[in-house]
Amino acid sequence: MTELVILRQACVELAGRPVLSDLDLTLAHQPVTTVLGANGAGKSALLRALHGLLPLAQGQLQWPRRLRQAMVFQRPALLRRSVRGNLEWAAQAARVNASDAEQVLARVGLLEQADRPARLLSTGEQQRLALARAWLLRPELLFLDEPCASVDPASMARIEQCLRDMTNEGITIIMATHLLGQARRLSDQIIFVHEGRITEVTPAAAFFSEPNSAPARLFLQQALP
Amino acid sequence: MMVSGDAELYRIIGLSVQLALAATLVGALIGLPLGAWLAIARFPGRSALVAALNALLGLPSVVVGLAVYLLLSRAGPLGSFGLLFTPTAIVMAQTLLVAPVMAALARQICEDGWSEYAELFASLGLGPWRSLCTLLWDLRHSLLTVVLAGFGRAASEVGAVMVVGGNIDGVTRVMTTAIALETSKGDLPLALALGFILLALVLLMNGLALGLRHWSLARHG
Repeated sequence: MTELVILRQACVELAGRPVLSDLDLTLAHQPVTTVLGANGAGKSALLRALHGLLPLAQGQLQWPRRLRQAMVFQRPALLRRSVRGNLEWAAQAARVNASDAEQVLARVGLLEQADRPARLLSTGEQQRLALARAWLLRPELLFLDEPCASVDPASMARIEQCLRDMTNEGITIIMATHLLGQARRLSDQIIFVHEGRITEVTPAAAFFSEPNSAPARLFLQQALP
Repeated sequence: MMVSGDAELYRIIGLSVQLALAATLVGALIGLPLGAWLAIARFPGRSALVAALNALLGLPSVVVGLAVYLLLSRAGPLGSFGLLFTPTAIVMAQTLLVAPVMAALARQICEDGWSEYAELFASLGLGPWRSLCTLLWDLRHSLLTVVLAGFGRAASEVGAVMVVGGNIDGVTRVMTTAIALETSKGDLPLALALGFILLALVLLMNGLALGLRHWSLARHG
């Protein structure tokens, strides 16, 4: 199994306060890796640090192979343009061809909304547009921060189908979520984060049957009565 | 006076609008990018600069007039251009007054926008220049209100305009200085007419901006 990313003795700080400490992580190449943990555990910070949005206060981040990356945020951050305009702007910003825009919109179920103002879409549609925007950039590695945090079940099902399509196309996904059902349905491996530390990196099936770390066991017991 | 087509009145109105628009345009070209840059840049001393900019919101206009007067007077560094008591001098003074207003208000609006977009722009690898341009374009309808505030300040300015323009009939007489003059002469009908027109002008501009904002919200979200 090839290595995707390596973190050595890494620490991340926000406003001078450590949010992630002593990170030692060697992540294997898997289609979907999910970062699980309680609120405030440091899931989003870990994703941002890996994507390069948060600098390491100390330690090292190594990518054995340089990958084209994209990220979908919990709040989709759409510009005041049409649905299509948002895609075209992102493609131009990232210097990629926007010729697949309509195809990508069709795949997320927004083709008929292409000329509507993006910010007037529903929450679920906005998140699907953010996913389409990332998809259009043809990433090899996609980070998703709570992509279904506030979407309805129909949008969630659509988003999950899109994520499966993406992995079928060879896109590697690293996702933070608090939705255990989603993690179970999509994940190949789990990174569990507790109070700013990674307590385990485990294949998904093993994690949900018998997690290695005590915080993860407690988390699952509380979440799955 | 409006109906009877008073030529002097129309000349004063025309010059006032022309100068206020010119100052607003130059002020916007300076103030909006400066405000957006201050919203997204992080450097030592930024907070002090923001505080200084906010303090300039209360800049006394007569002091600005005096500074421009000293700059343009015959013994001043720009005296050789002979700009004192010309419409250009008025535009310069008005610009100095409106640019900080626009920069301070634009900074606030852009900072809110930046908190929403910063990570997206960084994720896409957008440099500072493209980030700034995208931010200004995306927030253009909110920034229109800032431009209007600048126009309002430029059009209603009297102290600095009087000092650097001299209120010369047919050359630098604008609505505000004419109102001051006519009031001191006791010609209240002309002063009142000019006052109403000034008010109507500012109301019209605000109405247009409000309409544009509603249209934009419906069209762009």
